Order: sequence, then structure tokens, then C-alpha cells
Amino acid sequence: MATTSRLRRRYSSIREARHLLLTVAPGAAWIMVFLVLPSLYLMAVAFMTNGPYGLPQMPLSLESFKRLAGFGFLGWSPGNLYTLLRSLWQTIIATGLVVIVAYPIAYYITTCRAKWRPIMLLLVVVPSWTNQVIRTFGWMNLLAPGTPLSSFAESLGFIAPNMGLYPSSFAVTLGLIYNFLPFMVLPLYAAFEKLDLAQVEAAQDLYATPVRAFWYAVFPQTLAGLLAGVVLVAIPAFGMYVIPELLGGGKSLMLGNLVANQFSGGANWPLGAAGAILMLLATFIGLFAMRRIGKRLGGGEQVVI
Amino acid sequence: MNENVTEEISETSTQRPAVALKQEQSANHDASSIEMRRLHKRFGRDTVALDGVDLTIQAGEFFTLLGPSGCGKTTLLRILAGLEAPDDGSLVIGGKDITETPPHKRSVNTVFQSYALFPHLSVRDNLAFGLKMRGVPAEQRLQKVAEIAQFIKLGQLVERRVDQLSGGQRQRIALARALICEPAVLLLDEPLSALDAGLRSQLQVELKRVQKRLGMTFVFVTHDQDEAMVMSDRIAVLDGGNIQQVGTPAEVYERPATAFVARFMGHENLYAITASQDNWVETSLGRLLLAPSEQTSAQEGWLLIRPETLELGQDQPEGYNCLQGVVKERLYRGSRIEYRLTVGDITLMAVASNLGQRIHHVGDQVTIGVCPEDLVRVAF
Repeated sequence: MATTSRLRRRYSSIREARHLLLTVAPGAAWIMVFLVLPSLYLMAVAFMTNGPYGLPQMPLSLESFKRLAGFGFLGWSPGNLYTLLRSLWQTIIATGLVVIVAYPIAYYITTCRAKWRPIMLLLVVVPSWTNQVIRTFGWMNLLAPGTPLSSFAESLGFIAPNMGLYPSSFAVTLGLIYNFLPFMVLPLYAAFEKLDLAQVEAAQDLYATPVRAFWYAVFPQTLAGLLAGVVLVAIPAFGMYVIPELLGGGKSLMLGNLVANQFSGGANWPLGAAGAILMLLATFIGLFAMRRIGKRLGGGEQVVI
Repeated sequence: MNENVTEEISETSTQRPAVALKQEQSANHDASSIEMRRLHKRFGRDTVALDGVDLTIQAGEFFTLLGPSGCGKTTLLRILAGLEAPDDGSLVIGGKDITETPPHKRSVNTVFQSYALFPHLSVRDNLAFGLKMRGVPAEQRLQKVAEIAQFIKLGQLVERRVDQLSGGQRQRIALARALICEPAVLLLDEPLSALDAGLRSQLQVELKRVQKRLGMTFVFVTHDQDEAMVMSDRIAVLDGGNIQQVGTPAEVYERPATAFVARFMGHENLYAITASQDNWVETSLGRLLLAPSEQTSAQEGWLLIRPETLELGQDQPEGYNCLQGVVKERLYRGSRIEYRLTVGDITLMAVASNLGQRIHHVGDQVTIGVCPEDLVRVAF
């Protein structure tokens, strides 16, 4: 009796292991071949020397990290540091503004009739079905000198005559907000849909002003969605390549452009690889910080990793 | 964990929180009477939630809004809380018109049906929430939280998170969170409906005691007529956005004003009056004599016979108000016995206390007697 049940248990555990292997293996293999191995290769490249045509060669050195930190033939220059800071700054500003824009939109959609909500969500998402480059070109046309928007900004004295709103870092910020809005609206909408209105009413009933009711009853309930949105927006925004390239007019480079240039025009693979590692590190630090914030505020930690 | 729940808020406890002391000052009393005038509320185009409600609630009263779901009782409570605005009419609390006042400026607190505790806050922070929003200094807040936690016998739980508590404990926290603000009026929206029967009847008694001790005006919403009768000083029965009757539990139960109230209070023996003359009425049960006080000019209406007022016997029927029936069904309930009788082809329910007298069997012929004083005329 005891032996049979033990056997049966053993058999079932073997079956479970086989099921696990069958379901997980394809994905794991994919990640191994197309993510882990290339990443390891990239890391290896970062520690090699730059060859005559930008290709990596032996011997191993820390040369590319020095270059990345700004030490070149002519001594130290702050260019790369500025690019890193600009990337961070653009990411923070864009993410913050996306949050501010997305909150009312997500809330408004949940207040609409149930039959309209999918359509409104669709309207938020539809633009992202078009190619990103095409949409960015659209913004170039909207913001170029002489367009109504530029003329309007000019008449208010925000920009010098005939300069146009593009190219500028303002245009980059705008492009980032536009591009990432759906990634914030969707998780926030999901959070708002589950919102326990009774808590909001309880807060109001207990003398909370509308602003405080939002802060104490709505915000904590939507925190998980917010953090998910921040991760979805901030990480890709940090490494964004197309928008700064096109809307920044080559002047508002971000880290993504710096890396990309090393693999194409400038051709310095080891330096590009070092830049990619820097981005990876920055992303990990950011995720870790988010996790801590989520834990401290309660309920949000499970979203971030 | 359950032990905390079963522990009662003792009546003899000498330690009274400051909340209680302040409420006892009678000056506060007039500040907590409620006057509702012609309150109308409509949802969408066709749903009428309130159809001109006029109601006055005395200070210090345990007042219950009773009715089936959709009768407007919750809407009325939400209007009192300020969570819903009436389309028309006015609301005065303590002599001050607060129809337009937003909820966070009303001295009214609510115990929500779902409790609506803040899950991301500890019990202490939940209790202190209202005081914090009012700008009470942290030191005073802590002291009051300690007092109220002791009052509801949950002092040892203040550090916990809300999701670590049982249903009964949450219910008490929700009550304490509202009481700590010392509101003029406390609103309770079916606060016991999520609890199991035993805990429920125990908390009914407790809630009633708390109200009497604090002398606070309680407005309680429920669809359970037994709960309403146990707890209330007065009851308003609502249906279709209209108040059907306002009265003490005894008045509403014994002398329901309308057939709806009678049915809602659980009465089944209602018979149409086809004609009436002086004290005599003609019904499907036959000609019955009523007490002189029941004499009205109305020709028609309903006649209510409460099952517990019927006397069953084996003698031959003689005199007035005596009917001959057959026992069709018998339910033995221990303390009482319920009979389903038929008189002709009309069904009549009777309840007899189990005092050791003869128990009638199914199929028995019985004589049914009823005093004129126990017959009640009910309007349509």
C-alpha cells in the first residue's frame, strides 16, 4: 500500500518534470540563443580593443570604458556624460508628463459607458499601429518652421523667429510623450477599472478634500498600474533611438543614439558595447529603485520584476 | 482571532472614551436632528430612486430605513452623507441647510456596507484617518485611537494590516473609524449583512448599546425586518422611492399602514375587504367584527390577521369571529408551532406558542377564534 502510493507519487513527479520541460524549454532555448548568448558576446566585445575598421580585436582592455567616460586623445571631454544625463533627464521628464496626461484619460475612460470603453481604448492604441518612424516624421512636419504650431509658439515669444519648434529637445520630449502614452494609459486603465469606489467615498466621508481623497484612496489603488506603466515607458524611453535622431536634429542625442552610432557611422564596436552595458546597468538600477518604492508604498512591488 | 469578536462591549465598563462624554452633553443634541424635505432623486431617465421624501429624525434616535432592494433607502443614506446630490428638495441637519455641502465638510460619518477600509493602511492609520484629515495633531490622534480601540476591544490589533482581520473585526474597525470623528449623525449602510447569523445578532445588540451609550443619532439602512425591529427606536418603511410608514417597531409590525408594509413585515394573512358596515367587514373568510377604533369611512382595503393572535380549539364554533378550518400543514419549531389552515379554500397561517396545550394534527378540524381587537384594517 505504502509502496504503491510512493511509486505513484514518484511517477507523477516525473510526469510533472516532463511537462515543465516541454512547456518551458522552447522559450528558454529562444531566450538563450537570441538574448543571453548575444548579450554575453556584447559584454565580451566591450572589453576588447577597437580595430582599424571599428571591429573588435584582441588584446583585452578597458579602453572603451575610458572612452565612454569621456577620456579621449585630447584629454577629458564631458560630451558622453552630457548624453547620459540628457537621456536620464528626457526619460524622467517624459515619463512624468506621460503620467500626468495618462491619469485623467484612464480615469475618464472608466467613467464612460461600458460599451464605449473598448472603442476609446482602441483610439488610444491605434496610433501605435503605424510605424514609429512615420509618426515621428509626422511630428517633424507639424513642428517645422512656418507651421501653425510654430507660428503660434513664435507669437507667444517662446521661440526665436523662423526657428520652428523642431529640431529641439522640446520636440524630443513631445515625441516621447506621444509615443509612450498608450503604454501608460493601458495599465492605468486596468487599475482604474478595478478601483474600489467605496474607499474613495469613505475618504470623502472622513473629511478628505478631493485632492486628498485622490492621494489617499485613488493613488494607492492605482499604484500597481502606475509602476507597471512607468516601467513600460521609462525603460524604452531611456534607450530611444528614432525620436531623438529625427526630432532632436542630431543635437539632442540620447544614449541610444550614442550606442547606435558606434555600430554604424562612427564604427567602434567595443565602445558601443560598453555603452550598451551602461544602459543595461542603468535600467537595472532603475528597476531596483522602482521595486523599493513599490514595496515602501505597498502593493506595487509585484509589478516590477 | 475569533475570541476578540465574541467578546462583548461590556455595559458595565466604567472606562468611557472622550467620544462618549462629549456626546452626552445635551447641547450637542439639537445639532444632530435631521430634516428632509421633498427629496427627489432620479437615475438616468426612468429610474426614480426617491419620489419626494419628507422625513424628520430626532436627535439621539436609532432610526432605520427599511425596504427591499431598489426602494431608495441607500440613495437616501448617500444623500445624507453627501455622496449623492438630490435633484430637488432640501436637507437640514442641526438646523443648518447642508443640501449643497460636499461630504468632507459634513459632520456625518458612514459605516459602509463593504466597510471600505483602506487596505494599504494599518488599523491605527485607518482609525486615525478622519482626525488626520481634520488636522488633529498627531499626539491627540494617537490618544484617541487608543481610546476607541479599547472601546471596541480591539486595542491589541492596531498595528495589524486590515487584510489580516476577520469579518467581525473589520466591521468594528469600520464602526470605530466613523465614531472616532464624533459626528453629529452616524450613517450605517447594511453594516451587518456580510456577517454570519450568530455574529450578526450579537453585533445587533452591541450596536444598539453603543448607540444608547453615546446618545448619537444613528441612521441605519437594512432590508431585514427582524434586524430593524430589534435595533430601532423608529422605522421608516420605503418602497419605490416613497415612505410607506414611519413608526416604532411595534406600530409598524402590529399596525402596518399599507398592504406593502404588512407583507414586508412578514405578514401573510391579508384578505381583501369587499364591503364594510359599522364594525363589520365582509371578507373571503366571512363576516368579521372589528374593534370600534378600526371603523373608517373607507369601504375597501385589506384585513390583516396576525398568525400569533389566532386561537385554535376543538369546540364547536359559536358566536362571532369564529371560523371552522382544517389543518393542512404543521411545522414544529420547538418554542412555537406553525399551522397552515384552510377555511373553505382560503389559506390562513396560525402560530401557537408551545405551552404544552394540545397539538393539532394534519387533517384535524379546528375552530379558529380571533378577538376583534386583533384585527387590523390595512389600506391598499
